[in-house]
Amino acid sequence: MFCSGCRCRAALWGCDVEALTSLAYGFSVAATPFNLMLALVGAALGTAIGALPGIGPINAIVLLLPFCFSLNLPPESALIMLAGLYYGSGYGGRISSILLNIPGDPGLAMTTIDGYPLAQQGRGAAALAISGIGSFIGGTLTVVLLTFLAVPLARLAVSFGPSEYVALMVMSFALLSTMGGGRMAKTWAAIAVGLLLAMVGIDGGSGVERFTFGSLELLGGIDFTTLTIGLFAVSEILVVVEGLRTGKVAEFSGGERLRTPEVIRCLPAMLRSTGIGFFAGILPGTGAAVASALAYTAEKRISDRGTFGKGDMRGLAAPETADNAAQTASMVPMLALGIPGSGTTAVLLGALLLYSITPGPLLFTQRPEIAWGLIASMYIGNVMLLVLNLPLVGLFARLLLVPYWILFPAILALSYAGVYAATNSAFELVLTTIIGVIAYGMRKLEVPLIPLLIAFVLERLLEDNLRRALSLSDGSPVILFTSPFAIVFWLLAALVVLLPLIAPRFRARVRDLSEGEES
Amino acid sequence: MTRSLLLMGAALLAPGLAWAQEFQPTNPECIAPAAPGGGFDLTCRLTSQELNELGIVEPTIRTTNMPGGIGAVAYNEIQASRRDDPNVIVAVSTGSWVNLAQGKFGRFSENDVRWLGAVGADYGVLAVPADSRFQTLDDFVAALKEDPASVAIGAGGTVGSQDWMKAALVAQAAGADPTAMRYLSYEGGGEALAALLGGTIEALPGDASEMLGQLEAGEIRVLATFSDERLDGAYADVPTAKEQGYDVQWPIVRGFYAPPDISDEAYAYWTNALTELNASPEWQQARAEQGLYEYSLVGAEFDAFAKQQTASFRELAESVGLPTTGE
Repeated sequence: MFCSGCRCRAALWGCDVEALTSLAYGFSVAATPFNLMLALVGAALGTAIGALPGIGPINAIVLLLPFCFSLNLPPESALIMLAGLYYGSGYGGRISSILLNIPGDPGLAMTTIDGYPLAQQGRGAAALAISGIGSFIGGTLTVVLLTFLAVPLARLAVSFGPSEYVALMVMSFALLSTMGGGRMAKTWAAIAVGLLLAMVGIDGGSGVERFTFGSLELLGGIDFTTLTIGLFAVSEILVVVEGLRTGKVAEFSGGERLRTPEVIRCLPAMLRSTGIGFFAGILPGTGAAVASALAYTAEKRISDRGTFGKGDMRGLAAPETADNAAQTASMVPMLALGIPGSGTTAVLLGALLLYSITPGPLLFTQRPEIAWGLIASMYIGNVMLLVLNLPLVGLFARLLLVPYWILFPAILALSYAGVYAATNSAFELVLTTIIGVIAYGMRKLEVPLIPLLIAFVLERLLEDNLRRALSLSDGSPVILFTSPFAIVFWLLAALVVLLPLIAPRFRARVRDLSEGEES
Repeated sequence: MTRSLLLMGAALLAPGLAWAQEFQPTNPECIAPAAPGGGFDLTCRLTSQELNELGIVEPTIRTTNMPGGIGAVAYNEIQASRRDDPNVIVAVSTGSWVNLAQGKFGRFSENDVRWLGAVGADYGVLAVPADSRFQTLDDFVAALKEDPASVAIGAGGTVGSQDWMKAALVAQAAGADPTAMRYLSYEGGGEALAALLGGTIEALPGDASEMLGQLEAGEIRVLATFSDERLDGAYADVPTAKEQGYDVQWPIVRGFYAPPDISDEAYAYWTNALTELNASPEWQQARAEQGLYEYSLVGAEFDAFAKQQTASFRELAESVGLPTTGE
C-alpha cells in the first residue's frame, strides 16, 4: 500500500501523490523521538569523526556499525543513524579542509582551493557557514529529486556503459587541466603523477604487479589516506614551519561574519553545482570526488574573474554543494535498485544484509519503513546538520587561535594516527612522510597538488572502463565515440582544452576587424 | 540434528577448548578481500556478527575491506606483513582457489596459509535481464555455439576467475571455445549487476545469494543454477544446468584462512569457533536467510579440501587453455 514512486509507471501526477503519501509515512517513522535522537547522535558523531584528518565517511560508518547491533537497534533506526553519520562526516571534514588545508576525504579536496585562502584572510567562520549552507541546499534539493524520481534516474545511471565512463573521465581530466590557470603543463604533469601512483600494486584485471619494485608492501597499492595526508597535511606543516622561520605566516583573525548578499551571490553556483553533483552522484562508482572536481572547474569556467583560488565564496560553495548532492544522490541506485553507488552506500547495503533484509527493487514495497524512513530522515538530517553547524562555525574557527606549537604537532600526530588506523602498516607512515616531502617540493615548484589527488582517485575508473570498452569492441577504439552521452563528453573535453588556445587569437582577430572598420 | 548436537558436544568437550582459553584474540579482524557489498564482505560481516552474538568470540570482530585481484591483494598483504598475526582471519571462496591455481596470487601457493574452515556454500547461477533474448540455457548455449563473441558476459572477476569458469564450462559442455567468449571484468558483484541491469552486459554468471533480491523483484531471469539439485525459495522454479542437459556444477564454498605462522593454539581457537558456529541453530538460520547452504568442513578436512580443489582447478584451467602455475 505504500508503494513508492518506484513500481509506478502510470501518470506522473498519480506517481507524485503516491510518493507524497509514502513520504508522509516515512516521516512518521523517522520523526519518532527515538529516531530523531539517533539522527542527531549520528550527525553529531559524524561531524566529530569527519573532522579528524584521514577519516572519511566509510571509516566512520564501519566504526559505528557494530554499536548498532550491540544496541539491538531495529534496522530502520540503525540506517537512520548511519545515514546521519554519513552526511555528518561530510560536514566535519570541511573543518580541516577550510581551516587547515587538509582534506579528510576525496570529495573535499576542491574545498581547500578557495576555502583555505578565505580562512587565511580571517574569514574562516564565514567560509564554514557558506559551505554549510551549500551542503544543506545540495543535500536537500537532491533528496527532493530522489523522492520523486529515484527509479527512472537509477535506470538512467546504470545504463551508463564503459565508453560513457571513459568519456566522462577524460572530460574530468580536461577540466582539471584548466585549474592551474596558465600552468597547464604543470597541471598535466601533476595529473600524470596521480595516474602513475594509482597504478602501483597488483593489477586487478590480470594479477600482474606494477611499479612495486619487488616491494611486498607496495603490492596493495598506495592507500588513499596515505596519499592525502602526505600531500596535504605533511607538506602544509613543512610550509608553515618554513614560514615561521622566514616570518611569512598568514595571520588568522576573527574576521567578518557572512553577509546575506554573499549568500545570494553564491546561489546560482549552488544550484548549478547541485545539478552536477547529483548527476555524478547517481552514477555507480563516481561519487563525490568527481562531483566536486567537476562543479569547481565548471564554476571557475563560468564565474571566474581572476578571483578563484584566492578566496572566492563561489569557488567554495560549488564543490561543497556538489559534494553533498553527490553523497545523497549515491543513495539513489542503492534505494531504487539495490546496487551500491559508492563505497559508503555499499557499507550501508551491507548493514541491511546483516539484518537479513534483501536489498533490491522490492525494498520499497516489502520494507517501506526502511526505504521511506531513510528518505524522510535525510530531510531531517540536513536541517539538523545546518542547525547544528551554523551556530558552531565561530567556535570551529577559533581552532586557529590555538598556538602553532600546539596545533600543528597535534594535527601531525592525528594525521599519522589516521594513516595507521586506515592501513595498519608502519610502512605507510614512512610512505606518508616521503610523499609529504615530495609534495613540499612540488608546492615550491608551483605544481598543483589537487589535480594529482583527483587523478589518483579517477585512474581506476578510467582504466577499468577503458578495458571493458575495448573488450566489448575487440580492441577498436571507435566504441568510445559511439553513444550520444559519450560524444557530448568528448566535445566538452575538446572545448575545454582547445578554447583557451583559440580564444585569445579569436578575440584578437575580432578586435583587429573592429578596429579595421573604425579606421 | 543429531550430527550437529554431536558436533556441538565435541566443540564443548574437545581439548581444543583448553587451548582456546589459552589463546584469546585481541581486536580480532576479518578481512573481506573485495569492495563492500559482495560475497566476501557478506561472509565476513555475517560470520563476525554471529560469532560475537553467540559469544563464541568475545571481542568484537571488525570487518575490513581489502579489494584487489579477487583476494590477491589480501593474500599478499598477509604474506608481506602479517604472517604471524593470530587476530586476523580472511574470507576465502572457491574463486580464490581458482585464482591461486592460475598463479594470480603472486608467488604464493595454497600451501602458504592455514585453511581454517567453511561456513556455508552458495551456488553459481546464470542470470540475464528480464527482457533478455535468452529464455533458456539452450538459447544461451546456441548463441555461444554460433559465435562465442556475440554475447557480452560480465561478472565480478577476471578472465579465468570462477565467474568466468562457470560460463566457460557451459560453453565447453556445448562444444564452443571458451577462450573466444567476450568477457568483461568488474570489481565485485554489485558493479557487474549494475552493468547487467543497464544493458552493458547480456549475461552474468553470478552467485545465487547475490542475485536473490533482483530475482524476487523480477528484474532478472535465471537461466540455470549450477547445483546438483534444485535450490529452494525463489529458485524453486529455476532448473539446474544438469536438468537441461549440461552437467555443470559450481558450488561456491565460503570460508576462512589464517596467516601461515600463527601458533597451533590460535589455529585451534579459530577452527573450534567455526565448528561451534556451524553447529548452532542461530547460524543455520542466518545462513539460510542469506541464501547460503550447509557446508561445514573445518580444520584438517578443510585444509585437504582447499588443496584438492586448487589442484583440480589447475587441471581445469589447463583444459580451457589458461596459463597455470603448473605445480
